[in-house]
Amino acid sequence: MDLDSFEAQALLDRADVFLTAPQISVENFLPLRGRTLINLFFENSTRTQSSFEIAGKRLGAHVMNMAIAASSLAKGETLIDTAATLNAMSPDLLVVRHGSSGAAQLLARKVSCAVINAGDGQHEHPTQALLDALTIRRALGRIEGVCVAICGDVLHSRVARSNVSLLQMLGAQVRLIGPPTLMPAGVEQWGASVHYSMREGLPGADVVMMLRLQRERMEGAFVPSQREFFWFYGLDPEKLALAKPGALVMHPGPMNRGIEIDSTVADDPAVSLIERQVGAGVALRSAVLEALAGQASVSR
Amino acid sequence: MKGPPQLICNVRLLDPASGYDGPGGLLHQDGLILDAGPSLFHAPAGFTGEVMDGHGLLLAPGLIDMRVVLGEPGAEHRETFKSAGRAAAAGGVTTLIAQPNTDPVIDDVSLVDFVLRRAAARSCVRILPAAALTKGLRGEAMAEIGLLAEAGAAMFAHGDAPILDSQVLRRALSYAKTFGLLCAHRPQDAYLAKGGVMHAGEFAGRLGLRGIPAAAETIGVMRDLAVAELAGGRLLLDMLSAEASLAPLARAKDKGLRVHASVSVHHLALNELDIGDYRTFSKLSPPLRREDDRLALGEALVSGLIDVVVSGHDPHPAENKRLPFDEAAFGAAALETLLPGLLRLHHSQGAPLLALWQAAALRPAQLLGLAQGRLTPGAPADLILVDLDAPFRCQAEQLLSKSRNTPFDDQLLQGQVRRTLCGGKTVFEREM
Repeated sequence: MDLDSFEAQALLDRADVFLTAPQISVENFLPLRGRTLINLFFENSTRTQSSFEIAGKRLGAHVMNMAIAASSLAKGETLIDTAATLNAMSPDLLVVRHGSSGAAQLLARKVSCAVINAGDGQHEHPTQALLDALTIRRALGRIEGVCVAICGDVLHSRVARSNVSLLQMLGAQVRLIGPPTLMPAGVEQWGASVHYSMREGLPGADVVMMLRLQRERMEGAFVPSQREFFWFYGLDPEKLALAKPGALVMHPGPMNRGIEIDSTVADDPAVSLIERQVGAGVALRSAVLEALAGQASVSR
Repeated sequence: MKGPPQLICNVRLLDPASGYDGPGGLLHQDGLILDAGPSLFHAPAGFTGEVMDGHGLLLAPGLIDMRVVLGEPGAEHRETFKSAGRAAAAGGVTTLIAQPNTDPVIDDVSLVDFVLRRAAARSCVRILPAAALTKGLRGEAMAEIGLLAEAGAAMFAHGDAPILDSQVLRRALSYAKTFGLLCAHRPQDAYLAKGGVMHAGEFAGRLGLRGIPAAAETIGVMRDLAVAELAGGRLLLDMLSAEASLAPLARAKDKGLRVHASVSVHHLALNELDIGDYRTFSKLSPPLRREDDRLALGEALVSGLIDVVVSGHDPHPAENKRLPFDEAAFGAAALETLLPGLLRLHHSQGAPLLALWQAAALRPAQLLGLAQGRLTPGAPADLILVDLDAPFRCQAEQLLSKSRNTPFDDQLLQGQVRRTLCGGKTVFEREM
C-alpha cells in the first residue's frame, strides 16, 4: 500500500462525511458525473463489487460490471487482452479483482486510467483495510494505540496483509494469531507480534478481526480438519472472553459460520462490527473514487 | 590447403589453462591456435600474414555455455539454432550445449543427429546436443544412453524436472559410466517446490506469492550426491541456487566422488529483490534467492567448488511473460548477458578474471572433453576480444535472441564483446 498516513487519514475523514450524510450526494453532489467506471472482476465478489457499483452510481458515474469467470477463459491472456480492449474504450476508473498477486500492478502498467485494486491474489486488498480502519475509528474514536488481533489464515489473506500495513501506519498495535501452517514465511518481520494460540494472543485485544478460511485448505493440507480448526481458532464467546472486556469483532466476509466464527458472536450487535464494515465499504469507496476522479481531471 | 596465418597483437591475453594474464598476442591459422604469448605483442620481424590490432582489449577463449534451452525443434518462435547462434556470438559464447527438453525430446539417435547437422548448417557458433537421460524426460526408463553417446551427444541432461524415482537415477548414472559422459540433473525435492514461484522468505510472504524453500534444493542435492556415491558415474548438479547446497557438495568432493556443480549467471548477479514489483522477467527456476546465497555462490565459483557457470538461457516470448507473476513462465534469455553478468563478480566483488574464465570456458571444456576453452597451441581458435570496462545499459529490446526476457533489462552492466571468432572466423563484430 503506497498511501502515507496523511492521505489515509484524509480518505477516512472524507469517508466519514459520506457515511454521515449519504443522501446529500444524490441530489447535489456528483463529482463523477460523466465518468465511466468499470468493475472488472475475475473472481466472484458480492460486497466489494456491489459497494463499488453503488459508490460510483451515487457519485454520478456510469458503472459497468464485467464479471469474468476465471475458468471460462485462459486466465492470463484474459487479463492483458481485456485490459487493452477496455483501455481502448477510455474508461476513467478501473476497479479490478484478480486471483493472482500483482495483477492490479500489471494492469496499471498497461492502461492509462486510474486502477483500483479490489483484491489481487494473496497480496493486497487496500480498500478493505481502509474500510476496516474506518470502522474501528468510528467504533472506538481512534486507531492510534488500539490493539487489533488478526486471526486465522494469514498466509492466504490479502485482507491481513493490507490491514497489517495500514493499521500499523496509523498507530495501531497489531497481533497475528493462527496455526504455523497458515503463517507466511518471514511474518516475524512484519512488525506485528505473532501468536500460535488464541489464549496467548487475545488477552488485551480491543478488536478481534477474523479471517476467512477457505474450505479446500481445511481437509488436512494446512489444518487437520474443520472441527479441529474451530476448536482452537474459531471465535466463540469463550475465546472472545479472553480479549479485553467489551472487545469488538470484525470479519471481512463472507463468513464460514461454525468454522472461523460462531454465529452467537457474529450476530451479536453488542460486539459485532461486521454489518457496519459493509456500510463503511460504500462510504470509503466513494471517498477513494472521488479522490481518484479529482486526480484524473487534473491530469487531463 | 592452408590459409594465411592471422596475428592478433596488442592485447591483454587471458589463458585459463596456463594461468597467464598479461600483454601478448595470438597467432592462428586454419581455425586452430598456432601460438600465443607475450612475445607476440608486436608482429615479429618478417611476419607476412594478416595482422589485427587488438587495441589493448582482452583476448580470451570464447565461453562454453553448458545449459541453453532452444526452441528448435518444436517451438521455433522461442529460439532457433540460427537466432541462438547469433545471440551467442554477440555474447561471446562460441560453444553451447542445447538442452534436450524440446518437442520432441532429444532422446533418440536421429534427433541427436538432427541437432548436430541442423546446427552446423544454421548457427555461426558450435552447438552440441545434450541428450535426455530418460525416455521423454519422464524419469521412468533410461534412454538409449550408449547409442546417444555414439551419435554425438556431448552430455546427458534432464531439463528442469528432477527424476523422482531414485532407483531410476541410480541405474542411469551407473549405466552411463561405461560411456564416460557427464549427466546433469536438477537437484530438487518436487514436493517442497510444488506450486512455488519464487524464493520462500519474507519477500514472498509480503508479495503474497508461493515460495520454494532453499531446503527443496538442499534435499535434492543430498539425495543426488548419495545416489551418485552409490552408483558411481559423473554427476553435474545442475544450477545451484542456495548457500546451504554448498556444504554437502564440498563433503562429496572431499570424499573423491566425481561430482560437479553449475550455477547460472543470474544467481551470481541478482537476488530475490530483483523481482521488485512482480517483474516476471526475474521469475526463474531455480528461483533467485537471498543476497547471502548470491555472495556464497560467487565465492564457491571463484574457489572452484562450483565448477562451471552457465547462462541457463531459456527464451520465452512476451505472451508467456506478460502475465500475472504466478501464471508467467519460468526462465530468462541469457546468452548475451552471460559475460557482462559474470563480470559483475569481477567489477563489484574483485573476482579474478582467470577464475571466471576457468568457470566459463576451461572447466566446461574439460568436463565435456572438448579441446577449446584455452589458448593452447592446437586448440580451436574460438576467441573473443572483450572491452572489459565498457559500460552500457542493458535494453531487452536490443537483444538478438528471438525472445527478450532478460532480468537484466534496464540495468547497468559493464563489459562487452567487441569481436567473436569461432574456428578462426569472425562471427560477430561490434563497433566501438
